[in-house]
Amino acid sequence: MTSTVTRPTTSGPADRPTPERAPRVLSFGQKLSRWDVKVSPYLYISPFFILFAIVGLFPIVFTAIISFQEWDLVRNSGTFVGLDQYIWILNDPKFWTALRNTFSIFLLSTIPQLLLAIFIAAMLDRNIRAKTFWRMSVLLPYVMAPVAVALIFSNMFGDNHGLVNNILSNIGLEPIPWHKDPFWSHVAIATMVNFRWTGYNALILLAAMQAVPREYYEAATVDGANAFRQFISITLPSLRPTLIFVVITSTIGGLQIFDEPRMFDNTGQGGAAQQWLTITLYLYNIGWGEFNFGRAAALAWILFIIILVIGLLNLLITRRLVRDDGGRGVVRPRRRRKGVQS
Amino acid sequence: MNSRAFRKATVAVAALSATAIALAGCATGGGSGDASADPDGEITLTLATFNNFGYTDELLQEYMDENPNVKIVHNKAAESGDARANYFQKLGKEGLADVEAVEIDWFAEAMQYSDLLAEVPDSAKGRWLDWKEAGATDADGRLVGFGTDIGPQAICYRADLFEAAGLPSTPDEVATLFDGDWDNFFDIADQYKAATGKPMIDAANSVLQGIVNQMEYTYTEPDGTVIATENPEIEDAYNLVVERAVPNSAYSGQWSDDWNASMANGEFATMLCPGWMLGIISGNAPDVSGWEVANVFPGGGANWGGSYLTVPANGKNVDAALALADWLTAPEQQAKTFIEAGQFPSAIEAQSDPAVTDSTNEFFNNAPTGQIFAERSEAITVTPFKDANYFKYHDALQNAVNRVFDGTEDQTTSWNTWVAEVEAF
Repeated sequence: MTSTVTRPTTSGPADRPTPERAPRVLSFGQKLSRWDVKVSPYLYISPFFILFAIVGLFPIVFTAIISFQEWDLVRNSGTFVGLDQYIWILNDPKFWTALRNTFSIFLLSTIPQLLLAIFIAAMLDRNIRAKTFWRMSVLLPYVMAPVAVALIFSNMFGDNHGLVNNILSNIGLEPIPWHKDPFWSHVAIATMVNFRWTGYNALILLAAMQAVPREYYEAATVDGANAFRQFISITLPSLRPTLIFVVITSTIGGLQIFDEPRMFDNTGQGGAAQQWLTITLYLYNIGWGEFNFGRAAALAWILFIIILVIGLLNLLITRRLVRDDGGRGVVRPRRRRKGVQS
Repeated sequence: MNSRAFRKATVAVAALSATAIALAGCATGGGSGDASADPDGEITLTLATFNNFGYTDELLQEYMDENPNVKIVHNKAAESGDARANYFQKLGKEGLADVEAVEIDWFAEAMQYSDLLAEVPDSAKGRWLDWKEAGATDADGRLVGFGTDIGPQAICYRADLFEAAGLPSTPDEVATLFDGDWDNFFDIADQYKAATGKPMIDAANSVLQGIVNQMEYTYTEPDGTVIATENPEIEDAYNLVVERAVPNSAYSGQWSDDWNASMANGEFATMLCPGWMLGIISGNAPDVSGWEVANVFPGGGANWGGSYLTVPANGKNVDAALALADWLTAPEQQAKTFIEAGQFPSAIEAQSDPAVTDSTNEFFNNAPTGQIFAERSEAITVTPFKDANYFKYHDALQNAVNRVFDGTEDQTTSWNTWVAEVEAF
């Protein structure tokens, strides 16, 4: 089998033993075609890497260089200060508050969002009328510009004249201090994030759900399992790899959350007592508010490392969860287990 | 693949990479800088402003009619913060407009790079109020900013609400009522609250701004010494605002959605208002008839706001840009923008121009606003020293007031937080 696949070399060994003939010199065309085999795959993929080196790698390295300096943006010059910027950031209580807020908003958005997305996807997976209409509708919030979403929601979450508080006071409840209490500000911001991303995640999960072979459900129905039982025992396990993907993307997005807290009030400073200051918002305010790019670069690298660590954690968890069942469903592991027993 | 196809592919890859490199290059720098030597040649000048400078299309057309070889492109940023980020991102590099507006709030930051800005021609010098001109003159004596407007402050109030609270309500009576120091102002606020149960002042931080703008040295001294936390005047101002303005204010800070909405619904009765604030009030409360303006300000005069036009020295048409900035800030044009957008002129001659002094404002019950703001401008005796760090400190102090207002921290804790924050800078 393999011999047919191996490419015959142009100067076959059969030619060599003939002494009368001078060793054949490769023509230019032949040389080219040799290089072609070796080099062209690299050339084909090179545009991405060239682009990445320019717009990805270079900024990352340059940021690292700046983070060790006291940098003047306008004159593009700096003085080396060693680890001072990092030490300043790590000693800054605002940084730790920002870290707390980021994780709090991340949890408040990711968990309800995933639960809701799975629910919506499960509903869309059923046999309903006008499927495409409903499926497109859940994606609509994602199409809206995040800043527009944030503007509308900020209006709803106004402390005195906001829609939500107006309704609350009309039914005789205490208005919620959206812009004073850290927890409530996180809830408000998480609501904006959820509004935007739930439908998007629901569609991804829906795609995964549709890939689950229908025979499983048929068999389950024959076995007498109800819809809920089918969901728990067939749908959810099949969704696992997709869920992990969704969790990773939401983690990266959640740790970089910026638009929503930035638009949550008119100053974009994250609140008088840093109630909803997130890491990227703090980064932006150091960089573009104070023009202190050395510190901003140091903070950017700290954020980079945090994301890297969490990404690695995700990877480990993913491996653990996916390794033994190969990513598709419950059926195979069960069979395997049976196989071991017999 | 045959060699021809391979060669094609190589070319394609090379072209792609080159495009990528070129694209990336454009993002960071880009644009060629050919200076046209011919003074009468066709020139396109870009003018960048924010909010509303009163530079209408008609006004710019007037300049283009006078100078047929010039074409003006006007870019307006939504607010000064956007303009600020853009300005410092591109200053000293390329991409700034030929004429760039700079708000007084961040002008001190721009003055650190005064060598990158073109100097105002001698012919224009002496046109502006001394302190306005001094603010744009660097250590080497170079004047690099064309003054546009200033923000002399008066008091705007709701006559109907004052009447309901049993206070005098005509502009003259109110001017007498508020004539005095800040304690007097807060005493009246207490009276108003006792009578109506509502706060009299719009925002605690606008009071802080008003008081701070009456100090010569606030957070730093000219030699760079940071006095922010030791300055007894600042501590007094903080305590005064926290103890007396916070309980009498509807909001902690301005510019929120709630605050914008509140001008129409009578949540409070007074606002400290620089000239440019009149447009904001009438814009937010177009159907309310009770707003009036009184020719008075607690503790004397104070200036809040005002901008400059600057010409980046590495622009393509520096001379033409200087001529445009010169024309736009000339007294005649400043008078026009005052009538158009309420920007009170910084040019001395424009302040006595009958078009300015005789102007009235219909929304504010036909108040003689030209006259009032001219007098408020004369009452300004102190020019606060503001260096590049001013707004960092001021923002932090405003946050300290916000925390007390929100009830997240008490007076002493919030002050201590501020001290800690300043030490971290």
